Amino acid sequence: MSNVFMGMPALPVFGDGNLHIEEPFPAAAHRELGNTQMRANLRHATHTIRDKRLKVVAELPDWEELRDAGSATKDLVMANLPALLEEFEKNFTARGGIIHWARDSHEANKIVADLIREQNTTEVVKVKSMATQEIGLNEYLEEQGISAFETDLAELIVQLGHDKPSHILVPAIHKNRTEVRDIFLKEMPNVDPNLTDEPRLLAMAAREHLRRKFLSAKVAISGANFALADSGTLAVVESEGNGRMCLTLPETLITVMGIEKLLPAKEDLEVFMQLLPRSSTGERMNPYTSLWTGVTEGDGPQNVHLVLLDNGRTAALADKYGRTALNCIRCSACMNVCPVYERTGGHAYGSTYPGPIGAILTPLLTGIKSEENSSLPYASSLCGACFDACPVKINIPEILVHLRGEDVDSKRGTKKLPTQMDLMMKGAGWAFSSGKHLALLEKGLPFGKLAAGRDKKIKRLPGIAAGWTQSRDIPAPPAQSFRDWWKKDHTPVAPTHQQEN
Amino acid sequence: MKIALFATCIVDAMYPQTARATVKILERLGHEVVFPAGQACCGQMHINSGYMDEALPVVANHVKAFEAETYDVAVAPSGSCVASVKHQHPVLAERCGDSALKARAEAVGAKTYELSQLLVDVLGVTNAAGQLGSHFPHRITYHPSCHGMRSLKLGDRQLDLLKSVGGIEVADLPEADQCCGFGGTFSMKNADVSSAMLEDKARNVVSTGASLCSGGDASCLMHIGGGLSRTKSETTTLHFAEILASTIDEPVSVTGEIFVGKGRK
Repeated sequence: MSNVFMGMPALPVFGDGNLHIEEPFPAAAHRELGNTQMRANLRHATHTIRDKRLKVVAELPDWEELRDAGSATKDLVMANLPALLEEFEKNFTARGGIIHWARDSHEANKIVADLIREQNTTEVVKVKSMATQEIGLNEYLEEQGISAFETDLAELIVQLGHDKPSHILVPAIHKNRTEVRDIFLKEMPNVDPNLTDEPRLLAMAAREHLRRKFLSAKVAISGANFALADSGTLAVVESEGNGRMCLTLPETLITVMGIEKLLPAKEDLEVFMQLLPRSSTGERMNPYTSLWTGVTEGDGPQNVHLVLLDNGRTAALADKYGRTALNCIRCSACMNVCPVYERTGGHAYGSTYPGPIGAILTPLLTGIKSEENSSLPYASSLCGACFDACPVKINIPEILVHLRGEDVDSKRGTKKLPTQMDLMMKGAGWAFSSGKHLALLEKGLPFGKLAAGRDKKIKRLPGIAAGWTQSRDIPAPPAQSFRDWWKKDHTPVAPTHQQEN
Repeated sequence: MKIALFATCIVDAMYPQTARATVKILERLGHEVVFPAGQACCGQMHINSGYMDEALPVVANHVKAFEAETYDVAVAPSGSCVASVKHQHPVLAERCGDSALKARAEAVGAKTYELSQLLVDVLGVTNAAGQLGSHFPHRITYHPSCHGMRSLKLGDRQLDLLKSVGGIEVADLPEADQCCGFGGTFSMKNADVSSAMLEDKARNVVSTGASLCSGGDASCLMHIGGGLSRTKSETTTLHFAEILASTIDEPVSVTGEIFVGKGRK
């Protein structure tokens, strides 16, 4: 950065990169809902993972205690983040690793590109990583003339298809195997032209393609699921083994990790290694868990770097009601159970982080006023399925409501004219703040019949209420409210139970 | 026991028969029902739409109205409104910096029960036919509303009460635990997604062959019923309080119409 340092930066420092949605959620959702193939793929996939998760979670008698422990540990980390980060830095550095601090995506991307250039290479292999998606690292490296090859099978499908991930764990969840076959045939060099959509053959084709990259790459880039402060250890949890190849074969390993990924000590892995695989893939244990601590002479990467990324995390931490969103361990259980995500898919959320967690995390990282991100907290019926599924008990519905409040408050006094919603809320606020007001309003109930047809149903309403009548009728209101009936017509039955007060 | 009824705004204005049924059930059990006259709404619509400043007087009114009356417990025929009273009111008061209101809201919330909670946990009703004389000879299905199921952890209380009604046949609803898509102003702000969710819920309801879908929240039932009505389905919705209130002498029809029986008002 060429800026001269002029003292403390203005707070809060919000995140940037692939966190800004370009069109409001309802518009994006409208478009995605029309993609019937995607909806069928998603319904099948989310229901399969959902059922698997329920089955393996039910096996653990102490699941609720594990969730409490995970939640408490993460709360502790957030409350002591500065001290834990310094402890981690000390231990990581002592073992031969090099730490880089990045305030935002620009700083992080530049650090990574410079480190790659130091190795005189223009090709890197990548382990699946949400942090590098968030900062748009691949796009940045491409501008710098560096090719980044995704090695996770689903990320590879997305990359080859010039597509965007739509799920944090299964980024190609919106594609079925026939669509995957077509992408491979079109985009994969030296692919067998007779490739079918049999999963085994698709995996073999990808394996052959990737093996060449693993053996030639000098630099690998990874994310991290956990960082242990007491030892300076990093951990990656994965299913395919491609991560292990990236973490062990190249000479240089660069990890990009959000600062919230810390855990105090290795004992904490006991809790999180039970919570994460069961919540994410619905497995008792994931096939590959790699842990590495600095440099081991003559074994594995000899240049080990870690970029610690803020990108709005400190701003989220400063939000008293929203900060527990940082407890997220990126398992994706919330999106797998979300009825909204199931129907719109991940692209409708426009950010690296889709689904319920994305609807809170994205505006927390960028600030509620950023572009169209204020539409995200409304992308929920507040059914609460996400809260029930979350392995670290993030109260997503409550944070959604909190952020809606932030949105409404941020717009107060900025509008020339009140919106229909503003007017509706103001009117209802008057009616609902007194029994007398409501009683007065209810005197108009019989007139509601005028809006109804001969079948006693209201089928069309104006303005924002038209959203309701696009697919639902409203019954004609009754002639008399309960309140009125109680006052005029209710004859109390003498109680037979003894009064207890 | 002296029981204060919180009718909820939607029941008060749109579904008065649900509140009347609630009164009928409680009086049939021999309890005294009072209706705190100052009550209006729990404020959930404002809170969930982010209009916190506008929600505050609504919440304050609810607390005041239920402090003004003496009673043992309060009851509402709605899981969602009770969840708001118990969980959202103190949070809103804190957010608005009113710690006195927070404490008062917590006190009101602690005494407030959802109808099935009150019937099962406090009043010991487990057999509607035996203890309430409930009789409803129809095939029904049942949708557990989200806030009752997840915020209040009602479990099968409503369903078990329905199953114990005389003459009833309860068909399992496929994917019952899935949200119907109402979500308050979500149904207007994200009407397309809401409609897609409703479509699946309505299809599942119709697939049971039941003549009606029951539940514990008038708002969700209005949503599901509104969707069924739009597709010209014969299937309707009815609050479980009305089914519990239905007897051989005073039966309720599948549309909630009360047939006044022999010599009774």
